[in-house]
Amino acid sequence: MTAAPIIRVRDLKVAFGSSVVLEHLNLDIPQGEVVGVIGPSGCGKSVLLRAITGLKPPESGSVEVFGEQLETLSREERTAIERRWGIMFQDGALFSNLTVRENVMVPMKEHTQLSRPLMHDLADMKIRLSGLAASAGDKYPSDLSGGMRKRAALARALALDPELLFLDEPTAGLDPITAAAFDTLVRSLQRALGLTVFLVTHDVDTLHATCDRIVVLGEKKVLAVGTIPELREVDHPWIQEYFSGPRGRAAAPMTEEEA
Amino acid sequence: MMSPSAPGFALEKSGEETILRLRGDWTVATLHNVEREFSAVRLPSGAGIDVSGLGRIDTAGAFLIDRLMREGGETPPRLIGEHASAASLIAQVHAVSDPPEPPKPKPQGLIDLLERVGRGTEAFVRELVATLAFLGETIFTIARLAAQPWKMRWTSIVAVMEEAGLNAMPIVAFLSFFVGMVVAYIGATTLSDFDLEIYTVELIGYSMLREFGVVLTGIVLAGRTNSSFTAQIGTMKMRQEIDAMQTLGLKPMEVLVAPRVLAMVVMTPILAFVATMAGIAGGIVVGWTSLDINPGLFIERLRNSVPLDQFWIGMSKAPVFGLVVALIACRQGLLTGGSVQSLGHRTTTSVVQAIFAIIVLDALFAIFYMELGI
Repeated sequence: MTAAPIIRVRDLKVAFGSSVVLEHLNLDIPQGEVVGVIGPSGCGKSVLLRAITGLKPPESGSVEVFGEQLETLSREERTAIERRWGIMFQDGALFSNLTVRENVMVPMKEHTQLSRPLMHDLADMKIRLSGLAASAGDKYPSDLSGGMRKRAALARALALDPELLFLDEPTAGLDPITAAAFDTLVRSLQRALGLTVFLVTHDVDTLHATCDRIVVLGEKKVLAVGTIPELREVDHPWIQEYFSGPRGRAAAPMTEEEA
Repeated sequence: MMSPSAPGFALEKSGEETILRLRGDWTVATLHNVEREFSAVRLPSGAGIDVSGLGRIDTAGAFLIDRLMREGGETPPRLIGEHASAASLIAQVHAVSDPPEPPKPKPQGLIDLLERVGRGTEAFVRELVATLAFLGETIFTIARLAAQPWKMRWTSIVAVMEEAGLNAMPIVAFLSFFVGMVVAYIGATTLSDFDLEIYTVELIGYSMLREFGVVLTGIVLAGRTNSSFTAQIGTMKMRQEIDAMQTLGLKPMEVLVAPRVLAMVVMTPILAFVATMAGIAGGIVVGWTSLDINPGLFIERLRNSVPLDQFWIGMSKAPVFGLVVALIACRQGLLTGGSVQSLGHRTTTSVVQAIFAIIVLDALFAIFYMELGI
C-alpha cells in the first residue's frame, strides 16, 4: 500500500473552550486497511472521528480525506465527499420515527436518483448484509435490541457503498458472542467491498479480530501506530498495561489460534 | 478520483448464444441511468453476462445483475469474462437477497371504512374507561398519601405549583383581560341598538364569572401545562427513568402523578379567580372608555344585579378542570413508548383530550346547574 493515504491529518488541534483535547496530532490512514483507534476513556477518540468527518471544526491543523481538505471545499464538493463515507455512531443514531428500512433509504433518497422500488430492494439487501433478518426492515429502532440497532446503523452506513467507513465503538455494550459476530461481519464486508475502516473501540477482542493496524491515542496526540505485535514492544506504560493486562492477555491467544 | 463513466449494456446474439455485455461503472451513483431499461431485459436460458468491460461495481450494481440472473430460473445466466471484483460481489449479494415478494393488495371500500369506524369507536370507549381507571388509581393513591402525610412530596408539589400555576398567571390574566374587552365591545355594540348599553355590566358579569374565566384558564392550562407534563413524564419514560424509579421502590403514581394532580387542583381555582378578575377589568376598561360607565358605577351595578352564586358556579368547576388536565397529562406521559414519534404523538393526544374534556365537562356542568335552577 504505497498509494496516498485516504485520511491525512496534520498538526491537528481540537479544543472545547479552554480545554484542549487533541494537539499536534498527525495521522495517516492507508487505503484498504482496517485501522483501530484505541486510548483511555476521554482521550478524544470520538472527538478525532468528529474532527475528521467535519462535525467538530478543528482549532488549527489540516484534515484531508480522499486527498481533499474539507474546510476548503464548496458545499457541492463536500457533499460529494460525504457520500463516499459512511458513519456509524456510538448508539446507532437511527432516526427513531422511521423504520429500519426507511433509515437505510434516507441516504439513497438524498444522494441518488434510483427508483423507489429499487431503493426498497437495495435497503432490504443491505439489512440482510448487516446480518439482520429481512423482517427487521419494517420495525422501528425502539423495537430492536442494542445489537440489532448497531447492525441497522451499519446497514445505514453502508447504504451508499462507501469507500470509507467510520465505526464508533461498534461492539460496546454487546455480549461477547454478538460482538464477535459483528467483528467477523465488519471484516468480511471490508474484504468483499474493499473498504477502508476507521474503527474507534475499547474492545481488545475487536482489535485482534479485525484490525490491520492500531493507532493509540493519548496525551492529546498519537502515541504509537502499528500492528499488535509491534505495539507490544512499545515502551509506554498505558500501552503495556493495555496489551499485557488481564484483558489484553486473555484476548491474545484466541486470535493466534484463528491465524 | 476519476469521474464515473455512465453504465451501459448491449445484448448480442450470435447463433445460439446470447451475451449481455456490460460496460461503464455500475455503482449506486450511476445506476439510475440504466435502471429502467435494465429491468426490462429478459435473457433466454443459457445466456452469458460478460463483465470484462465493466468498470467499478458496488453492491447496488451487483444487486441489479444478481436480480437479472435470478429471473433466469432453472438455468440462470452465467458470468463470463474477467473482472477484479464483480463475481465475488455478486455472490456476496446473492447470498443476502431474496426473490422479490408480490406486493400486498391495499384494503379499500365500504368494508374498510366500516372497520375503521368500528375500531375508532372501540378505541374511544377503551380510552374513556382507561382514563376513568386512572382517575380511580390516582384518587386511591392520594387518599393513601393523605393518611400518611409525611410521605407526601411537598417539594415537588410546591415546584409544580410555581411552574404550572404562578408562571401561567400572566398569560391567563392577559388572555382573559382581552376576552373581557372583546365581550364588552360586542355586547355594547349590539345593546346600543336598544339603548341598553348599561346591560353590558350584566353581560360581563355573568359570562366572566360563570364561564369565561374558568374555561379560558382550563384551555390555557391544557395547552401549556398539560403538554409540559406529558413531555416531562414521557421523556422520563423514554429514558427508562420510570423503570429505574420502580426498581428503587419509588412509585411513579406517588412521585410523579400525585404531586402534579394536587398542585393543579389547588392552583387552578386561583388562576381561574385571577382570570375572572382580569376579564371583569377588561370589561370595566371598555365600559369606562367607550360607554361612559365609570368604574364605581360598574362595580356597584355588578354587585346589585349579578348574584354571588354565579361566582361560585364558576369557581366550582376550576378544581375539576385542573384535575382533568393533570390526569390526562400524566396518563399520556406514562403511556409513551420508546420512540421520539411516540412522545410527539402522546403530547398531541394529551392536549387534544384535555381541551375536549374541558369543553365537554363545561357543557355537563351547564346542564347540571340548569337542572338545579341556578
